[in-house]
Parts: sequence; C-alpha cells; structure tokens
Amino acid sequence: MNIRVLLRLAALAGIMAPISLWIGQLSYSWMPEPASAEALLVDDLFSFLTTLGTFIFLGVVGTLLYSVLFQRAARYDEGDGPPIEGNLTLEIVWTAIPIVLVIWIAGYSYKIYDEMGILGPMEHMHMGEAIAAPLTTQASTEPEPIEVHARQWVWEFYYPEAGVTSTELHLPNNTRAKLALTSEDVLHGFFVPAFRVKQDIIPGRKIDFEFTPIREGVYRLRDSQYSGTYFAAMQANVVVESPEAYQQWLHDVAARSPQPGLNPSYDEYQVKVENRENRPGWKTVTPAPAPLVNFPGSPELPVPRL
Amino acid sequence: MTDLSLETAPKREQPVPGEPENWRRFFSFSTDHKVIGIQYMVVAFVFFLIGGFLAMVMRGELITPEADLIDRTVYNALFTMHGTIMLFMWTFPVLNGLANYLVPLQIGARDMAFPRLNAVAFWLVPVFGVILMASFLVPGGPAQAGWWSYPPVSLQNPTGNLINGQFLWILAVALSGISSIMGGVNIVTTIIRMRAPGMTFFKMPVFCWAVAAAQTIQLFGLPALTAGAVMLLFDLTVGTSFFDPAKGGDPVLFQHFFWFYSHPAVYVIILPVFGIFSEVFPVYARKPLFGYHFVAVSSFVITGLSAIVWVHHMFASGTPGWMRMLFMATSMAISVPTGVKIFAWVATIWGGKIRLTTPMLFALGGLVNFLFAGITGIMLAAVPFDIHVNNTYFVVGHFHYVIYGAAVMGIYAAIYHWFPKMTGRMYYEGLGKLHFVLTFAGVALNFVPMHFAGLMGMPRRVASYDPEFAYWNVLASLGGFLLGVSTLPFLLNMISSWIQGEKAPANPWRAIGLEWLVASPPPHENFAEIPTVVSAPYGYGKNEPLIASQASTELASELS
Repeated sequence: MNIRVLLRLAALAGIMAPISLWIGQLSYSWMPEPASAEALLVDDLFSFLTTLGTFIFLGVVGTLLYSVLFQRAARYDEGDGPPIEGNLTLEIVWTAIPIVLVIWIAGYSYKIYDEMGILGPMEHMHMGEAIAAPLTTQASTEPEPIEVHARQWVWEFYYPEAGVTSTELHLPNNTRAKLALTSEDVLHGFFVPAFRVKQDIIPGRKIDFEFTPIREGVYRLRDSQYSGTYFAAMQANVVVESPEAYQQWLHDVAARSPQPGLNPSYDEYQVKVENRENRPGWKTVTPAPAPLVNFPGSPELPVPRL
Repeated sequence: MTDLSLETAPKREQPVPGEPENWRRFFSFSTDHKVIGIQYMVVAFVFFLIGGFLAMVMRGELITPEADLIDRTVYNALFTMHGTIMLFMWTFPVLNGLANYLVPLQIGARDMAFPRLNAVAFWLVPVFGVILMASFLVPGGPAQAGWWSYPPVSLQNPTGNLINGQFLWILAVALSGISSIMGGVNIVTTIIRMRAPGMTFFKMPVFCWAVAAAQTIQLFGLPALTAGAVMLLFDLTVGTSFFDPAKGGDPVLFQHFFWFYSHPAVYVIILPVFGIFSEVFPVYARKPLFGYHFVAVSSFVITGLSAIVWVHHMFASGTPGWMRMLFMATSMAISVPTGVKIFAWVATIWGGKIRLTTPMLFALGGLVNFLFAGITGIMLAAVPFDIHVNNTYFVVGHFHYVIYGAAVMGIYAAIYHWFPKMTGRMYYEGLGKLHFVLTFAGVALNFVPMHFAGLMGMPRRVASYDPEFAYWNVLASLGGFLLGVSTLPFLLNMISSWIQGEKAPANPWRAIGLEWLVASPPPHENFAEIPTVVSAPYGYGKNEPLIASQASTELASELS
C-alpha cells in the first residue's frame, strides 16, 4: 500500500518535473534580452523560482482538480465523507517542506545578491553617506561617476571627465558603469529593464549606483518611482557602445555648443497650456524646461529586443 | 468596573426584542450586529462598484499606449482614488461587515461587546466615503500621489489651497483608521469575552480565529499609519517638515510609517478570507477541517510575522543591504504558515463528497488564485528579482491576484454561503455559477498579462507607455471590462433573490455551526437560550451533537 502510494507520487513528480523545467527555461524569454552582467544572474534566479513555483502550482492544483473531478458527491448522497481530522506526521512534514524550501530560496537569493555585489559593490548603491569612506580611499584611481540628475520630469546626464551634458545616457560597453544619482524635487527611480537594475533617487542625497553593461545597443531608462503628473513621460534612451566609440562620442560632443535637450513632458505641457487639446484636467506642477545640453540625443524609441 | 458596565449596558435603550423588522432599520443607527453587518456590506459594495468604474476608465486609457482618453492629472487622480476606495471603502468594510454578522452568531453571543461603538464605527464609513468622493469637486481635484501618498509628491499642492484633494484624502484615511480601531477593539473583545459556555478557544470556528488575528493587526499597526498621516497633514497644511527633504525632513521615514501598517493590512484582508475558506470547504466536502489546530494557530503566526516584513516594499528605496537580506528572510518565512493552511485545505477536500455549489466554486477559485499569488509573492521577496520588478506591473498583477483573485472571490464565497442565513432567502444557483465563471476568467485575463508587462519593464502608475507593452495591456483591458460585466449577474442575483427568492430553511447546507442552529434570518436576540457547546467545530461524519441537550433537534434538522 505505502509502496504503491510512493510509486504513484514518484510517477506524478516524473511528469511534473519536465513541465516545470520547460516553463523555467521559457521564463528567460519573458524579460528583455539581458544587457548587463547583473541581468544574467537575475534571470537565472527568476528561472529557478519559476521552475520551483510551477512544480508546486501543478502539484496543488492537480490534487484539487482530481478531487473536484472524481470525488463529487452522488446526486442523492446526503452522507458525509470520512471524519479524518488530521494526521500529525503529515502536518509536520508539510510544515517542514516549506521551511526547507524557504531556506533554499533565501540562500540562493542571498548568493545571487552577493555575486552582484562582487561584480559591483551593491553596498555602494544604498546610502551614499554610509559608504562614503571606502569610496574616498579609491577616489584617486577611479574615474568620477557620471552624474544623473532627475527633476520633474526630465533626465539630465553630466560626464565630469569631459565636461559634457546630455539628455541621452551613453555608457561604454563591458565597463563598470558608475553613476551618482540625485533628484532636485521629489522621489524618482532609475530603472533600465534590460539591465534589471533599479534604485530610488531620494532628494537631498547623492546615491552611488553601479552595474556593468555587456551588450551594445539602445535601451530605455524609465522613472520607476511615481513622481507626479508627467511621471510616465519621464523616459530617456541609454546607448551602450564600445569604449572607443564612447570616448570618441565624448570628444565630439564636448565641442558642441549647448542646445535644449529632449523633454517630452515640457512639450506636452506647452500643448496643454495653449489648450490645443480640449481635455479637462486639473492644475499640475509646472514641468521643468528643457536643460541646455551638449547632446540632446535621439527621440526615436529603440526597437525592443526580447 | 468592567463587570458593572457589562451588566448595566443592556438595560439602557437597546432596541426592544420583537420590534418590527422592516427595511427602515438598515437606514437607522441600529445597534444590532446583524443590521450593522449588512449595512457594512451593502455600503462597501456600492464603493466597490465606484472603484471598479474608476478602474475601467483607467483600463480604457491604457488600451492604447498614448495618454489620449483622459488628461494625465485625471489618470493620476483615478489610480489614487481607485486604490484608496478599494482598500478603505470596500475590502476593509465588507470584511468588517462579515465579521460583525458572523462572529456573535458563531460564538453564541447575542450581540457584539460594544453595540453602540459598533454603530459609530460603521457610520464613520459613509462619512469618510463622502469626504473622499467630495475631493472630486474641490479645485485641483482629488489626491494624485497614489494611495501610498509618498512625500514629497504628496506635499506639492499645485493649487496652493488649504483645502485640497490631498488634505481631504488624509482626513478620510485618518477617520478610516479611527473607525477600524473601534471595530478592532470591539471584535477582539467580543471574541475574548462573549463566547458561549463550553466554547473554548479550540472549539471556536476558524473564521473567528482568523478575524481575531486580523483585528489584532489593526490594533498594533494602525497607530503607526495614523501617526504618519497626521505628520503628513502637518507638513501639508501648517508647514512642518517631518518628511520634506527641502527643509531637512526625511521622505524615507514616511515610507516606514506607511508600510509598517500597510503591509500587515494585506493580512487584515486575507486572514478573514482564510477563515472563510476554512468554513466553506468542510461544508461542501462533507469532511472535518484537516489539522484544525494547525490552521487556527497559523493565523496568529501570520499576525506575528506580518509585523516584521514591511521593508520588502522598499527594497529599491533607500535601504541598506543588511536590511534587504533580513526582510527577505522574514517575508519568505510567511510562506510557512500560509503553506500549512493551503495543504490543510487540500487535505480537507481530498476524499470528500464534493458538491460544487457557488460558494464552493468561489472558494476553490480563490484558493487556486491565492496559490498563484503566493508563488509570485515568494519571487517578489527574493531581493535580486524584486529589484527588477519592484514598482512594475508585475507587482500590480501580484497584488490584484491576492486582492481580487483570492480575497474578493473568498468574500463572494462568503456572501453566497451565508446569504440564506442573512436574508432568509435562497439565491439562484445558475446566476451564481455564471458569476463565478465570469469572475475567474476576468481575473485571469486582467491580471496575468500584467505580470508579463511588468517582467518586460513596464512601470506601474503610468498613464502612457512605450508601444512594446501594448499587447499585454489590450488583453488586461479586455479582462478589466469582463470583470465589470461579471458584477451584473451578481447584482441581479442578490437583488431578485432578496426580494422574491425561495424561503431558506435554518440550515440549507446541512452545515455544522451555531449560526445554522437558529432561524434564517436569525431572530433579533440570536439565541433564545445561550447554547452550551460540547464539541469541536466541523464534526462532519461524526454524528455528535454540537451543543448540549440539543441532540434531538440536530437530528431533526439533519433529517429534514
């Protein structure tokens, strides 16, 4: 009896395991193609969680479906089922299983988090002031971080080594990108889905943030922390190019005279103020005008790669 | 002192037994817990329809990538009000209504411990509901900072008026907190003090356990939110700077105040729904609840853990690494007591004699949806993955699966299950099943695509988005409209059944529980004689009497 039950469970697990593994592999395609070293690690973690989650989901829902399909009361059967009130062994087992699973998942997540930290000290991205000390000791050898200024509702980037400003973020490929995030007004969020990295920007603090792009291309930077009326329009392109092309770009752009950068929210606001669209709305905080930059960038949307 | 007040309380102007039970009592300052329970549920459902309408306008905006249907300010006001209404005006009140109606009946009491406080707590609901809705009429419109109201956005006040949408929003939320604290004190006291003789804690139905656990959260959590709201109000109106970084305040501090309550608030919602599942499955599977003690106690384990997980909402905010790792561990630990419950329900159903009535279908659907939401919840607790999907539509999909997929479906299960008891009428089974199919399909169509949009990197709270997300948003919008349609058979069913449904017997489901021993609807005083409980709940298949000297009547009702 017990052997037969175990064999049946093993057979079911044998069916569920390949399905779960397949869904787990499929899950890689649900996110944009990874474009940073961090993204590779996050995708592995997500695939692992999806595999495990699919297995559990199939197990529980399969059991429920079997009951609902084959253990229905007969039409005029008014009787009760067997009065089983519990089974201590079973209850201890199914308390222990989630505990083990949780320790496994938490341990694996910690490992991934730690690896992301080795690739680029994630510690640096939390609170600028808390890690100020180690930064200053290395400051002499390391390049100055690119400054990311967020304001309602435009991104502006400043490259201190070349003295260049832009409204399109340029980063050299396969090089640790070091950013210093600041906000002039409210909370914003630095989020590039292709890099799988995100950090809230808190007004009044300078937050150091690092990651490593590994694929050339154009990606989208989005504001991820709700920042008011034109929050959704606060996006910018991120261009990852070879280090040589990047240096060349810095060099070329430094010579250009400042011109207004890209600022879709301000343009949209102008249309609204001139009442060219007759939609009722409420008073809003006035968007900041376009900053004067050396390089506005392309307003074209990058082609999403999945 | 307390004994004295308990003794004298009933002698003051309580409604006289035998007073005419007409419809007018539902519009009066009644102190009958059954009237208040129904008042809560009906008012909450009206706001559910309003909040749902706002959601459908939002889905209309999001069916195309551009911000073209409504102005951005209007969209931002809509999502703020949608979230606020759905939480503070629908889920909390409707669950308070169910607890109000069921707890005294299930523990063998004639009313709540403090009937007048109960009525005051309820009548605050329409008051702050009106305040909230009135904010659509003030210059500048309603609050547009989201239901989190994170400063500094919530402090910006572009109109410069003292009375603005944000001001009214904070006022309404503070009043809601006061009402909920009153309700919490009342329900916890009732469960501790008013149980019938013989009803020990471990003879109490799991719904009462779950409600006690949920209301305990209100008692320790709400003061933090209320304090945060008051400080925000001061920042907004009198120029203090608790949270304004321009004047030296700390906006992250507000996030801690907010989530210290607002994450546990999710358990205030889901715990009573767990209680509903635990009541419904045994009845329609005709088996005792599997592992009653584990299920009952795990509610309080969840209460304890719920107090130490709030930072998982702030993994991408200004939090150091050690805090992220610590709260990842505690957040994942919650899956242990919830896992115990899920396994217990599956084991309850396994090998039973299952009857797929409307409440059973809703409970099963709610359980499946909750399992899915729990799995994505564990994913969200994993910090590296959360960093990617934090503040994206993945989170929106996850919590709508919790709130709509599990909680609202559980609430529907409860409404159908106890409808005969509350109204004395039977509902129409066919319409109920249609309602279930539309709701389950609508939830899947609306909220599954959101997960994919979020994985691709679509932030939440956006009025416009890049065209790459259009596919999933069209699907989600269609699902949203389907969910809107799904309320129509429910409304038709409830209204027509209440007016002219078949008369319900005392115990149409052959269920075991004190509430099923009294007439449908119960008489004003609930129990002519307070019963003495002699057995544990859920004695299906055991043929033992639930209360003393009632063996013959129970047998009679079993035979009828």
